[in-house]
Amino acid sequence: MINPGEYFVEGDVAAAYGAIRAGCLFFAGYPITPASEITQAMAELLPRVGGKFLQMEDEIASISAIIGASWAGLKSMTATSGPGFSLMQENIGYAAMTETPIVIIDVQRAGPAIGQASRPAQGDVMQSRFGSHGDYETIVLSPNSVQEMFDLTVKAFNLSEIYRVPVIILSDAEVGHMMERLVVPERIEIVNRKIASNFQETMAYGENLVSAMGRFGDGLELMITGSTHRPDGTRDTGTPEVQENLVRRLVNKIEKNRSSIEEWEELYTEDAEILVISHGASSRPSKGAVIRARKEGIRAGFLRPRVLWPSPERRMIELDSRVKRVILPEMSLRGYRMELERIFHRKVDHLPKVGGVVPTVDEIFTKIRSASL
Amino acid sequence: MITARYIKENYVRRLPSAFCPGCGDGQILNAIIRAIDHLKIDRKDIAAVSGIGCSAWIPSPYLRVDSLHTTHGRPIAFATGLKVANPRLKVIVVSGDGDATGIGGNHLLHAARSNVGITVIMVNNGLYAMTGGQVAPTTPHEAKTTTTPYGNPAFSLDVSRVVAAAGASYVARWTTWHMNQLIRSIEKAIMKKGFSFIEVLSQCPTYEGRMLNMDHIEMLEWFRKNFREDAEGIYKIGEFVDIEKPELTEELEKMIERVRR
Repeated sequence: MINPGEYFVEGDVAAAYGAIRAGCLFFAGYPITPASEITQAMAELLPRVGGKFLQMEDEIASISAIIGASWAGLKSMTATSGPGFSLMQENIGYAAMTETPIVIIDVQRAGPAIGQASRPAQGDVMQSRFGSHGDYETIVLSPNSVQEMFDLTVKAFNLSEIYRVPVIILSDAEVGHMMERLVVPERIEIVNRKIASNFQETMAYGENLVSAMGRFGDGLELMITGSTHRPDGTRDTGTPEVQENLVRRLVNKIEKNRSSIEEWEELYTEDAEILVISHGASSRPSKGAVIRARKEGIRAGFLRPRVLWPSPERRMIELDSRVKRVILPEMSLRGYRMELERIFHRKVDHLPKVGGVVPTVDEIFTKIRSASL
Repeated sequence: MITARYIKENYVRRLPSAFCPGCGDGQILNAIIRAIDHLKIDRKDIAAVSGIGCSAWIPSPYLRVDSLHTTHGRPIAFATGLKVANPRLKVIVVSGDGDATGIGGNHLLHAARSNVGITVIMVNNGLYAMTGGQVAPTTPHEAKTTTTPYGNPAFSLDVSRVVAAAGASYVARWTTWHMNQLIRSIEKAIMKKGFSFIEVLSQCPTYEGRMLNMDHIEMLEWFRKNFREDAEGIYKIGEFVDIEKPELTEELEKMIERVRR
């Protein structure tokens, strides 16, 4: 199933291939443009590997079902777009609170509300990180090609299994629907969660602040709740220390391990004075514009977070001393801007595009040139 | 003989419970435990799933099996994923009337329609008790609650009838007065291959009782007098559906086998 070799597929299908190769055995979803192709591909592929596919009554049921399946021990995923992603927010917080590994693909479309159903946008950047109420952390990945739809879906499963967190793949209609070459490699690194063999192990947090996960049906008498709970699962909503210890650990397990989670691509950054930071579909013309600027003698550099959250903060701070201007082309009026301005402590030259179209090399190059003058 | 001590030692995580004095939730916990004990099912093969509300606390924290205490209205959707992922598990959802038919009504309909082999025990006290006695989809017309201080202008839902119409394999309604029937019914529901649903009318002396000026004994008396197998509408108790038909997880397994062949 999904043998090593070359394929010519669209991004959504590549994500489904990645999920199958990562060992996903359960998918629940609800149709929505532009993510339906992932759901359809999973409906076709999962039974062939002995996995289970369910089309649920809505997106809330979909994410509920994959959390339930994850507690039965199966790697589980759902895929959606803006409106469905909004509906899933409460249970993303539930997965974070109960430390349930799940993967959610949000193929972004232009919002707000129904917006432009089949047009790309990048307006869910903040929602992917802060969409559910309360303090929690997730990991958010940002593919910019068909190949990365595959690669980062595998990575999403690995990270969710290691850190027991919901991992979100923040794609967009452009990347989800584009057709490109996909190379499925011979060797793929797959990580499986550590299953607890006794109850004690479910409370034994390793150096990375994660414990082994219990599995329903194994006789551990697990007590899983989205309420504030002690390490043994007992609900305790009245003791301040219980809430503090739990929430701090949920946040710290990402914060303290961020150097092993962060991943980014960079080009010409060693002497760059103008740094173009971009993600997802927008990063493709951004890179093209930087290459063109270099040909014209402009000291431009390019940085693309493949992991959007946690952001490659330390690397950006390193570059900050040399860089005179930071340009952020993206398909959103807010997108990643607040995060970059927080890290760089200055105004970022934002180049937002909100028509449901990807910015062009020309537009970005013009911005780079005017910044260089 | 099933003694209180036997139940406590084998099936209950901790006591005393947090339920109000006179609440029916303790009786329903008792009924679920007795049914499991009669059936002699290994506790590790049972998973309990609940949402938000007083009745959600019946399995979590009290019932000593793997338990998943989920978000408001969603336990049936969580339970569907759990059951499909591991069909060996007997999955029991304990939900309230607000949880199962207000915020989560959509999931109830579709679980019945798809005939997924889980059991839903819906504790119906006719209002939202945990949050302070507000009006629910099951509150009778003109009844006073904390959010219908002048009487309920809307009308109540006959949940069992709706679930039966949606395609469940087993549907029954009892009250906390009818403990023996309830226990037998839970046994049948757990062993039923398809989707099984039991509605249990239960007394809430704290909010419902206060509005009706009744204590829990008077409320049970009222159940005894008014809920009968020959009564009409919501007052009719008994088994309404008890059929065998293809079940979702089995159909899925068959399909997978067919595809892989």
